[in-house]
Amino acid sequence: MFQIRIHGRGGQGVVSAAEVLSVAGFEEGMHAQAFPSFGSERMGAPVMAFCRLDEKEIRLREPVMMPDCLIIQDTTLLHQVDLFQGLDTKYGYLIVNTKKRYDQLGIDEYVNNFLPHHVCTVAASEWALKYTGRPMPNMALLGAFCALTRRLELDSLLSAVRQKFPGKVGEMNADAASHAYDAIRVN
Amino acid sequence: MLKQIEGSKAVAEAIALCRPEVISAYPITPQTHIVEDLSQIVKKGALGNCQYINVESEFAAMSCVIGASATGARAYTATSSQGLLFMAEAVYNASGMGLPIVMTLGNRAIGAPINIWNDHSDSMSMANSGWIQLHAETNQEAVDLHIIAFRLAEQLSVPVMVCMDGFILTHAYERVDIPTQEQVDNFLPKFEPVQMLDPDEPLTMGAMVGPEAFTEVRYLSHHKQLQALEVIPQLASEFEKQFGRKSGAMVDPYHTIDADTVVVSLGSINGTIKDTIDILREDRCSIGSVKLGAFRPFPLAELREALSGARRVIVVEKDVALGLGGIVASNVRMALRGTSTPVYTIIAGLGGRPIPSKSLDKAFRQAMDDDIEDPLFLDLNHEVIDRELARMKEQRRSGPVAENILREIGLVGHSPRKV
Repeated sequence: MFQIRIHGRGGQGVVSAAEVLSVAGFEEGMHAQAFPSFGSERMGAPVMAFCRLDEKEIRLREPVMMPDCLIIQDTTLLHQVDLFQGLDTKYGYLIVNTKKRYDQLGIDEYVNNFLPHHVCTVAASEWALKYTGRPMPNMALLGAFCALTRRLELDSLLSAVRQKFPGKVGEMNADAASHAYDAIRVN
Repeated sequence: MLKQIEGSKAVAEAIALCRPEVISAYPITPQTHIVEDLSQIVKKGALGNCQYINVESEFAAMSCVIGASATGARAYTATSSQGLLFMAEAVYNASGMGLPIVMTLGNRAIGAPINIWNDHSDSMSMANSGWIQLHAETNQEAVDLHIIAFRLAEQLSVPVMVCMDGFILTHAYERVDIPTQEQVDNFLPKFEPVQMLDPDEPLTMGAMVGPEAFTEVRYLSHHKQLQALEVIPQLASEFEKQFGRKSGAMVDPYHTIDADTVVVSLGSINGTIKDTIDILREDRCSIGSVKLGAFRPFPLAELREALSGARRVIVVEKDVALGLGGIVASNVRMALRGTSTPVYTIIAGLGGRPIPSKSLDKAFRQAMDDDIEDPLFLDLNHEVIDRELARMKEQRRSGPVAENILREIGLVGHSPRKV
């Protein structure tokens, strides 16, 4: 089983990201489960969402406490919430939406614990703004997820994005995801 | 057709396949996306003459489907939590009059304190209202149970509540096989009411019944529940033949044959319990589980049979009878009456507290050593409780408990007033 936890703030599409990821997994014939952290969601409040991918039926209903991959949509949460709880630095993956360097975020020492190709920063909000006209970083981060973890094919993700957002919005988000995928894959 | 879909949306599609004629709901919290999705399906004209009636409260929603069902229409509503309490009087009327309404309950806690998260306090509050209560473990089962529910309700002329864990199922995306219209039509015949308001043949429903007949009417409601004990397994078996998968078992065992310890539970937590049992079995623990698929009628005989080999039973339940302990556990003890099998109660998941497999693992091991508090409140923060109890003891005006606890755990403002 591969478990993903996504942190962000209400209004940043955290829950949608987990849902789209589960649909992409389903597209590849996997069993997938996505659910939010069930807060009384408000714009700007810390929000978590979870996704599990597995070859067999997923029965576990607890929140993802030991993620294999952590996606941070909003770095202003870094020193407010214990974001890294349960993340295994030996084999885990970390994806951060930021234009800054790790030392500017104060997490450079922590990041050094990871395998070199298991961590990346993505200027996801910026790319989202460029491709969709809105600073919604979620789909670009999922593109980076596919490139970094190689758990899902980009095509499965793009298909899921288009299902979630039919029409033009889907195409724009697919472009943002593809751009992030290419950028991270090259690195 | 296999879909990766949100639980609420899957249930809305299942309800639509059951061809309801009247849907009535109050669309404000506590509610699920089910009725929102159904309103769109009705608006698109996909359900022919189906009337979607948006009402001003849950009490009105239940009253509305009572009226609809009394005229011979297939009627549906959904609610949660406080919404169920607000419709309580009409909930009893629906069952008292034997109207085959189907209602989804997205299980949630009941306040105060205000809480919108999952537990089973709401359905338990109506457990003895005369409604059949089925519980889903997965969203697939939630879909299937609704199809079975209409058939069951109409066959016996009794209302059926399909309980599915709020958020944990209703808001979760997972794989669900949505049946075809043809499959559902083959399983669910046209509604033939046993009683019907008809201007051409006037009759009265809901008459006043005095002491001379009330017991007989009530007895017949009880009798219907006993009939359901026979009918539910028949429908589950017919469902399996037609749809090719199991759904609707009232008692569903998992590794119980050689198990000294058997865990009993309702709803979605059974998934986590099964995973925990797999871990314990790898550690050579003799443990299995039984999923209860129905809380009313309570399958006393079937459960007793399933637990006959157990040396001890653990009940995990998302509710509490304050001043007593476990509600489900009390019912399980009734199934085991006359035996010496101990029944331990684990109260878990109240107000949406996550139920980690690790916590269950620890509690199950304690129970297997017959060294467990009963009832055990899983992951209870004893430090906070002790401090609050001390404050209450030393200070007459100790203030509101809920707010004090929030301060204790650092969620709001300053610490509670010093003693």
